[in-house]
Amino acid sequence: MWTFFHKLGSPKWFYDISGKWLPWFAAISAILLVFGSVWALAFAPEDYQQGNSFRIIYIHVPSAILAQSCFMMMAIAGAIGLIWKMKLADMFVKAAAPVGASFTFMALLTGAVWGKPTWGTWWVWDARLTSMLILLFLYFGIMALQSAIEDATTAAKASAVLALVGLVNIPIIKYSVEWWNTLHQPATFTLTEKPAMPAEMWVPLLIMLIGFYCFFTTVILLRTRNEILERERRTNWVKKLVTKGASL
Amino acid sequence: MNVSVQNTASPSVMSIFITVLKRDLTLAYRRRQDLVNPMIFFVIVVSLFPLGVSPEKSFLQEAGAGVVWVAALLATLLSLDSLFRSDFEDGSLEQIVLTPQPLFIMVLAKITAHWLVTGVPLIILSPMLGVMMHLDFDTIKVLMLTLLLGTPVLSLVGAIGAALTVGLRVGGVLISLLILPLYIPVLIFGTGTVQAAANMLPIEGYIALMGAIFALALTMSPLAAAAALRISLSN
Repeated sequence: MWTFFHKLGSPKWFYDISGKWLPWFAAISAILLVFGSVWALAFAPEDYQQGNSFRIIYIHVPSAILAQSCFMMMAIAGAIGLIWKMKLADMFVKAAAPVGASFTFMALLTGAVWGKPTWGTWWVWDARLTSMLILLFLYFGIMALQSAIEDATTAAKASAVLALVGLVNIPIIKYSVEWWNTLHQPATFTLTEKPAMPAEMWVPLLIMLIGFYCFFTTVILLRTRNEILERERRTNWVKKLVTKGASL
Repeated sequence: MNVSVQNTASPSVMSIFITVLKRDLTLAYRRRQDLVNPMIFFVIVVSLFPLGVSPEKSFLQEAGAGVVWVAALLATLLSLDSLFRSDFEDGSLEQIVLTPQPLFIMVLAKITAHWLVTGVPLIILSPMLGVMMHLDFDTIKVLMLTLLLGTPVLSLVGAIGAALTVGLRVGGVLISLLILPLYIPVLIFGTGTVQAAANMLPIEGYIALMGAIFALALTMSPLAAAAALRISLSN
């Protein structure tokens, strides 16, 4: 475990190993997403109240979960970067911010599309929705800060601090549906309880969720590798890699 | 980077707090125009709502507390950029960072000074604006109470944003982008309290939450702002 952690400090090692992981994650996410969405959109039974409009859940819930979990990963990576000065953690934060922002945006957008037939409105100032919107603004803030500071190390540290401060929003999002009596329905998935839905409905959701995580990992790996090449462009191994014209 | 110069008699934490506080208050007093500007801004923003939206008594009573809160928030935001900037430009911020005393104490002193010169005048002005918004006397008292608990949070959380952007040329706009999302919970609970009071509902729960937010901000944000200052000064 610790040797793994120490090896993570070396961008070159990570570049090599992630090149081996990448096709696997890409393939698994493609299979899961195709399989899951066909099952979810064509074969899962209709909801007894919402009819077919509930099917957007299969996009909405995974992206909402990813949006929050990406922010938490950024905060953890930010803390690791601040404490152990690990370059890779800094690169991860930089790579993850736009991805997390897109997942948040997707969650808000699919939520609006879902809200129109179900609640009769695109948007309400409900606690869950508002706190997700704040999350989007926090992602924008981190991205703005990263682009405003020219020095890469300073930018990474500053955005790590901001990610840690912004972490207070995550429990607010998580418990907003329990603390406030709002329009948004309670969490669809919990780790501890059996889902209230029949298996034909939640199994595809689970497949989509795992597929989203694999997709997220694929994108993050690609972006982090790109970041590694850019930051380590003065080192010998990158020069060798580029001049050789080596493939991924 | 914390090169400490060994003094023969190192001043205590309390005295360093008071020294920095006095220095910042003196500086603020010498530049009185900067002190008055956020207050004028505060009053103007509030007076825009009756002119721009509706002068109806019922609307103003409904929206009054929210309007005063949003205006207070924007006025604080306006003054935040100057929290560390002038010290950064004349080099005294580096001296402050290099002293052997804990940085977060001095940051806390600077934040306290900032609250005293921007937050407190807003609280003092708020009853007048409350009357202009046709709020009744009891609601105004609650409004003042929420501002008393809320404006320190605005200064404390805002200091993190000010510290992160102090070395940057685009500081002003970026602070709003970084800090406004973090202000939203305070705004929600602040206006929620006043609304509950206006509807004769119990407000103790809200006040307790505001107090909890204040306690969290008071303990955490000087540390975060101090860390952010070190990062901003490191290049």
